[in-house]
Amino acid sequence: MALRGNLRDFSITQLLNLINLARKTGTLVIEGASEVAQITFREGKLAYAQIGSEENDLAAILQRSRKITPNQARVIRERTRKMSDKEVGLLLINAGYLTQKDILESLQSYCVDVVRRLFTWVEGSFNFNPDQLTPDGKIPVRIDLENLIIEGSRQLREWEQLQEEIPSLDMALKFTERPGTNIRNLNLSLEEWRVVRYVNPKNTIRQIAHATKMNDLEIRRVVYALLQAGLVEIVRPGGVPVGGMVRPFQTTNKQEQVSLLNRLINKIRSI
Amino acid sequence: MQTVKIVVTGPFNAGKTEFIQSVSEIDVVSTERKITSAAEKVKESTTVALDFGRITVDDDLVLYLFGTPGQKRFDFMWEILSEGMLGFVVMVDSTRPETFREARTILETFRAYAPTPYVVAANKQDCKDAWDIEDMRLALRLDPKVKLLSCVAKDKENVKKVLLELLYSILEEMGEGNS
Repeated sequence: MALRGNLRDFSITQLLNLINLARKTGTLVIEGASEVAQITFREGKLAYAQIGSEENDLAAILQRSRKITPNQARVIRERTRKMSDKEVGLLLINAGYLTQKDILESLQSYCVDVVRRLFTWVEGSFNFNPDQLTPDGKIPVRIDLENLIIEGSRQLREWEQLQEEIPSLDMALKFTERPGTNIRNLNLSLEEWRVVRYVNPKNTIRQIAHATKMNDLEIRRVVYALLQAGLVEIVRPGGVPVGGMVRPFQTTNKQEQVSLLNRLINKIRSI
Repeated sequence: MQTVKIVVTGPFNAGKTEFIQSVSEIDVVSTERKITSAAEKVKESTTVALDFGRITVDDDLVLYLFGTPGQKRFDFMWEILSEGMLGFVVMVDSTRPETFREARTILETFRAYAPTPYVVAANKQDCKDAWDIEDMRLALRLDPKVKLLSCVAKDKENVKKVLLELLYSILEEMGEGNS
């Protein structure tokens, strides 16, 4: 089924993670603002990469990794015009110019570099084509995606952690009655002071962000720091602590609650 | 007379109203308005306050289904609707990956309001552009324990299955609470 969408909604890191976990085989075509990249995977591992019209024949890649000089690259191209990368690679190994390890390292380094460049792409569309494999004649590599995902997700991680800690900006803040920190020793940054001024159960975090002209990430960062310092706690707007909810059942008797649920289940089955 | 409540939430145009309509014994009371925002004009009207459906179990018990408005600017309604709910269903449009992140945010917000059981319904699975269920699980960053159910909201049997799975989860959690 379709695996296509927009980079604004689905980052490169998330795509790599999905391909890695699902062990997908195929080619991810990403149309960026000015270039198109094609990244091929085999069973969730990076196999081949191409970006825009950039030269990615074996000679160009070996030159890029400084295994050969520009002059040597030119000579190789002239003498192997109708040969595929696989044939050129075998020729260089058999002639004793390079080892298999040299060639594979260069190819791996190039593919990783292409994917790294994609981490900066935030605009564009993607489409995963499971039928498209490494182009004929090209030498596929086999690179685990984990390290690349870690690298790409490092910048996303802080944002995600903060979202988990503070999932809703529609909650309010109040000062804790017994702060866990010795207030005398607490040093607040300028941003933290600006937020502290507005800490009041009547103000939602979103309203504080608006008043202090902070974006979602900045306000979450500051609120998280204040929470960690034990200076504030999250409450529902108006001051009701989180957790003081209206009960879903009128009865508090567990057996009656189970009986009620079973009646609901039987009814829905019979609709 | 006892009343219990299940909330159906999710991003704009995920199929919440249709979901409730499929099983409600009354015509769903919708507070819909014509859409004014060009960006959201994929359908003619949308829910602005809530959808309301009802299933009468017997003389003594009624289940209410509340559908939340999907557009962000009406999210002040979510907290009110979440009060006292048995559990909630997060509807996700399987054909619109651009809404997955929002679905995740809505899920987290409802969990913050009330840590009740929930299930995620991958709607529009009958469409050719629908994402695979397991791809959606990864994209939505759902724990393997979270029930992610294939769904077609206009199909009553599908909707029943989703509601039953939610009720089973509530029963299970009550069992865990007992032990």
